[in-house]
Amino acid sequence: MSLLAVEDLHVEVDGTPILKGLDMAVEPGEVHAVMGPNGSGKSTFANVLAGRPGYEVTAGAVTVDGIDIAAYSPEQRSHLGLFLAFQYPIEIPGVSNMEFLKAAVDAHARSAGLDEPSPVDFIRRARNAASQLGISADFLKRGVNEGFSGGEKKRNEILQMLLLEPRLAVLDETDSGLDIDALQVVADGINGFRSDDNAVLLVTHYQRLLNHIVPDWVHVLANGRIVRSGDRSLALALEEQGYGWVDD
Amino acid sequence: MPETATDLDTLVRSEYSAGFVTEIETDTLPPGLDEDVVRTISARKEEPSWMIDWRLDAFRRWQAMALPRWAHVRFPDIDFQAISYFSAPKGERPKSLDEVDPELLETYQKLGVPLHERARLAGVAGVDGTGGESPPDGATSAVAVDAVFDSVSIATTFKDKLTEAGVVFCSMAEAVREHPELVRKYLGSVVPKPDNFYAALNSAVFSDGSFVYVPKHTRCPMELSTYFRINAENTGQFERTLIIADEGAHVSYLEGCTAPMRDDNQLHAAVVELVALDDAEIKYSTVQNWYPGDEQGRGGIYNFVTKRGACLGARSKISWTQVETGSAITWKYPSVVLRGADSVGEFHSVALTRNFQQADTGTKMIHIGPRTKSTIISKGISAGRSQNSYRGLVRMNAGAVGARNHTQCDSLLIGDACGAHTFPYIEAKLPSAVVEHEATTSKVSDEQLFLCQQRGIDPEKAVAMIVGGFCKDVFRTLPMEFAVEAGKLLEVSLEGAVG
Repeated sequence: MSLLAVEDLHVEVDGTPILKGLDMAVEPGEVHAVMGPNGSGKSTFANVLAGRPGYEVTAGAVTVDGIDIAAYSPEQRSHLGLFLAFQYPIEIPGVSNMEFLKAAVDAHARSAGLDEPSPVDFIRRARNAASQLGISADFLKRGVNEGFSGGEKKRNEILQMLLLEPRLAVLDETDSGLDIDALQVVADGINGFRSDDNAVLLVTHYQRLLNHIVPDWVHVLANGRIVRSGDRSLALALEEQGYGWVDD
Repeated sequence: MPETATDLDTLVRSEYSAGFVTEIETDTLPPGLDEDVVRTISARKEEPSWMIDWRLDAFRRWQAMALPRWAHVRFPDIDFQAISYFSAPKGERPKSLDEVDPELLETYQKLGVPLHERARLAGVAGVDGTGGESPPDGATSAVAVDAVFDSVSIATTFKDKLTEAGVVFCSMAEAVREHPELVRKYLGSVVPKPDNFYAALNSAVFSDGSFVYVPKHTRCPMELSTYFRINAENTGQFERTLIIADEGAHVSYLEGCTAPMRDDNQLHAAVVELVALDDAEIKYSTVQNWYPGDEQGRGGIYNFVTKRGACLGARSKISWTQVETGSAITWKYPSVVLRGADSVGEFHSVALTRNFQQADTGTKMIHIGPRTKSTIISKGISAGRSQNSYRGLVRMNAGAVGARNHTQCDSLLIGDACGAHTFPYIEAKLPSAVVEHEATTSKVSDEQLFLCQQRGIDPEKAVAMIVGGFCKDVFRTLPMEFAVEAGKLLEVSLEGAVG
């Protein structure tokens, strides 16, 4: 059974068809990259997986570990192990990162029928994850994304991912806005997260992230469908020849 | 598929848990107001003649006054002859807790305000009336309660312990009888009878409320609180509270209030006066949870209140903290008159409105003495179709050399059918005064909500967390137990069915 199976997915936003029959299967342990020009439907795909309101599935199905998630709320999808790293992480002023992370981790524990971690254990875990990403302890006390630089926001997304240990991490343009050093730190974080049991779906416009996180599969999305799939070399060919090449 | 497009509006609907009615026999005056009613109220309270004269003077002044219409609130004219001005449980006033009608004790128990001295109000365990455990800062965690039911105080707890420290904490009616010199000196000294329409009305018909006197160089050994409960139908509540902190005295006081759910509006027109002498400090916190009306905007309390403190003494400090979640209409401006040199005034406010609630609230900081300082932090949260206004005056009089004010005024909108408004008034009569005003408006956005949900947090918890973050600056200033209480109250107010 695939970890993620997408079959003939059609999605509309405000009545406009964006995805028009998308198919994909992601197995545990794999890294997939979804590439494509602006407006091809990449972000729509990422968001619809997470169940964002406003994205209407008109046909097709998405299953996670064989479970059809059509009727699942965003938080239920999260509990199933679906994680979305946002392209533009939003601020929640006054709510400390620590409080936010604890609420998220607690919610996951409850949904799995486990005890919430003790504050001491949680703080230890959060600090470990933070230091892995070169984040100072002070960062955890600040409001969620409040006054963060672009790079800090992206690191914060990865921090959340490390603490929630999802089965499928969907990373929406996580490389955008990162300088080369930050990109390396974020990539190290993602590579450290990878295991035989989980999977990563990288949504990206540029292939430079793929120099750091080597994908097993590269899919090219154009006009709402996957028009080509291949290995890493497909990404390099795209970079050389541009997206116009896949339209042929 | 993405089905449960979570509607923010549904999140801010919730039940009002304090909306029950206590079945108890009452002695209630028929509706209507004239001099005889004023005399009757005074007689019921066995007041001396000077008090009757004081009330009648206020009544005559009130008759000549007009209803204020400047606030950003809308409601049909109130028929002051249709209201009953006095309602009390039948029988003699109980002399001790043992004599209080069990039905009433039960009522306060249900409201989370147990009147047994061995019980606690909230938060901290192991407190009794004889000392008990003390937190490291030296203040005991016990809370003395004055319980006001409709027009009368039914019980005041921990009196012995307070008396030992020289602190007077009793109902206003008792103070008029037992401490006439203090009452005559200070009643109406901060909020004069003709101050405004509702203050004049209150001065004429005020029923019960609390009286506090903390003697010189005394730190009140426990938190004081008054719990106001409106129960009777068609009855107004007109409480009067007077708190005096003598030189070097410290006191922290909390007020809580609830009422049953009824389809009619009920009037609550209170007056609170605070007096701080040299080096005295008064911290006054309110958690206001009057019945706010239903989802269609029917019923609810009209909360038209005049609260003012006078920093008479040098280096005195008065601090107002309010968490306002209730009432159909709130019209209230807890203020500080900064007369003493180097005196300090603070106003910290969280006002939450939802459904059809209207709030016009804020403060006045009147700087008279040199180097006086004031701080205003106002957080308005609007949801549903509610209207939430901040109205604040900062006045720097000619003598207020080196005075400073800082105002921060933030609004948070939940949904897009509500309104947030800010009406700051600044009057500076001298160039050396520093007045700073900052204002922000933000929205609980679908993006914030989705971020929380994506991380597995359910939407109700998410909204509570976002609102809690917004209010953090103010909650920090509440006494510990009440900060927890206020947080929960906001959570309850915001909770509702999802999906």
